[in-house]
Amino acid sequence: MKRRLILKLAGAMLAGSVAFSGAALAADVIKFGAVAPKTGPLAGGAVVTHWPNIKLWAAQINARGGLKLKDGQKKIEIIEYDDQTNPGETIKAVQRLVTQDKVDFLIGPYGTGFNLAVAPVFAKYGYPLIAMTAITDQIPDLAKKFPGMFFTLGSTTPIVQGVADILSELVADGKIGNKIAMVNVADAFGIELANAARPIFKAAGLDVVYDKSYPLGTQDLSPIVKGAKAASPDAFIAWSYPPDTFGLTGQAMVQGLDVKVFYTAVATSFPAYGGKFGSAANNVMGTGGVNPDDPAIKAYMKAHKEITGLDADFWASSSVYSSLQILEQAIEGVGEVDRAKVTEYIKNNSFKTILGDITFDENNNNVKFWTVGQWQDGVYQGVKAVGRDGAKEVRLKSGWK
Amino acid sequence: MDILITGLLLGGIYALMAMGLSLQYGVARIMNLANGEMLVVGAFAAFWFYTVAEISPLISVFLISPVVFFANWLIYRFMLQPLVKRSKSQGQLEVDSILATFGMSFILVGLMVAVFGGDYFNYTFLAKPVEILGNTYAANRLVAFGMAILIGSLLYLWLSFTRPGMAMRAVSVNPDAAGLAGIDVQRMSALAFALGGAVTAIGGGFISTFQTMDASIGILFTMKALIIVIMGGVGDIRGTILAALVLGLLETFIATVIDPGLTLAAAYLVFILVLLFRPQGMFGRKPS
Repeated sequence: MKRRLILKLAGAMLAGSVAFSGAALAADVIKFGAVAPKTGPLAGGAVVTHWPNIKLWAAQINARGGLKLKDGQKKIEIIEYDDQTNPGETIKAVQRLVTQDKVDFLIGPYGTGFNLAVAPVFAKYGYPLIAMTAITDQIPDLAKKFPGMFFTLGSTTPIVQGVADILSELVADGKIGNKIAMVNVADAFGIELANAARPIFKAAGLDVVYDKSYPLGTQDLSPIVKGAKAASPDAFIAWSYPPDTFGLTGQAMVQGLDVKVFYTAVATSFPAYGGKFGSAANNVMGTGGVNPDDPAIKAYMKAHKEITGLDADFWASSSVYSSLQILEQAIEGVGEVDRAKVTEYIKNNSFKTILGDITFDENNNNVKFWTVGQWQDGVYQGVKAVGRDGAKEVRLKSGWK
Repeated sequence: MDILITGLLLGGIYALMAMGLSLQYGVARIMNLANGEMLVVGAFAAFWFYTVAEISPLISVFLISPVVFFANWLIYRFMLQPLVKRSKSQGQLEVDSILATFGMSFILVGLMVAVFGGDYFNYTFLAKPVEILGNTYAANRLVAFGMAILIGSLLYLWLSFTRPGMAMRAVSVNPDAAGLAGIDVQRMSALAFALGGAVTAIGGGFISTFQTMDASIGILFTMKALIIVIMGGVGDIRGTILAALVLGLLETFIATVIDPGLTLAAAYLVFILVLLFRPQGMFGRKPS
């Protein structure tokens, strides 16, 4: 009976994974396939960062008459699938997009693990893959294995280095002591960042006085914040995911965790973070950033709000949109639906995006990106970047009022 | 002392998640895998009332619970009762109800994504520090704990000392014999299922005051509730509450004294130990 139950459960799961596709087929359109979570644990991030940008991008291209190709302008159509935050489903959906829907191009999925999971499938069918929401230190290896895979969001080490640089500068200026409390979510993302951080922090002369991990989905984060507080650190660094980013900040407020630097990772740059914590969010630091004063970014954020009804986040949203711009410019540059030529074009050209110029290096990597941001008077400002201008001065956190 | 209070607070929250399922599984014999989604529905409703109409969750849960009660009653009448009627044995009903409610969980997730979108939602309610014996705790968690105690004791008293409560316990012990004694088993089961749904939604309303949620998070709550109900013993509300408190204390102790990374492992270890040495659960009856 037990085996039957498991079989039936599996059957129910398959039946539940009903995919839904986009608009009706038109004769002369270029079809793009998009797979990312609409349900499941990462859906909350994907509906902020991933899906609205695809909608915005498609709307803008079609509003200007479509992509300019050699044989005239062609409108675009997006075919969307929900992968339920399950890599197996992502791969299945990609295969379906290629073999059944016969899409002309594919848009990269959401999240580091998912981009790595689909890389072989993209390579097998010869589709270029711009990984727009992946952070990893394996970029050189991956680019060697999958020559059509490109990276726009950055790699682990520079992101950790950005934090370490800020901290060691503050220590050198005598503004804070060198005691760091560090926690991480026990998940691929958190573990990779924490592992990268330990030697880098040590080399930067920082003393990690509290170093713990917690499982994904932990209900009560108060023991962690209390433990960190008991170690009386000068800075609190959390390599966290969205629900715990909110949870840790909430607990830090309740416990009155008095640190000069408070850093949480993913979702700190979400508009919802500033919305929830208001003035208490002031001077909280987080992963990634943008320069919100840049005219291109300003125009982008305005269009994002107008067309999707949602606010863009202050980090990966602009990376997703820029990656779509790269795909757009490469297709127009080639002037036809030739995936091999488009891949070559992405490799060998420079692209004008809302983040500035993007050129891929020999590892297919974009080496200019924002590493650290900070909420300053209601706006999330980039405070540290590799190769990008407009970083604001870092401020010290003083209390949670 | 700090561990004790933090652990009890967490245990109270676990009890809020699990009491509804305990009623649904214990009395109506429905292993409801959409339990977590019902909790998220309650949380969404509380969120909506707070952000749109500025009604405190303390009040809005009383507006939400009758609606959820009625909705769950309908679900039982039209979706689950046919399964109960055609099933020849307890085992078959369990398999059927697991499949039916598993499917229902997808529908609920889909509906919530359609209505609210898949975005994270949270709000700030009573996120104030409260000092007890020299340590600070969040006021919203204390409120949720108080609510868990209130709901738990009301349920216990109602089940123990009223006629419908007694009828419900009779159905829980033996539906066939209860029917012979003149109890309307179908009605009692529908009532238990609906009540369980309402309790779960109230729990969701209070949990939403301090936890960030999204439409798809329900499965996490279902898993936790499942473990607690089975640990506590099927069909006994005291067992559920005790198991929830034990789990809360254990996880807090492990997180504070040993390592926060081991909380899940410890919880499952205790779960396995209970299954090995007391398979009927802490308060469960031995199968006769």
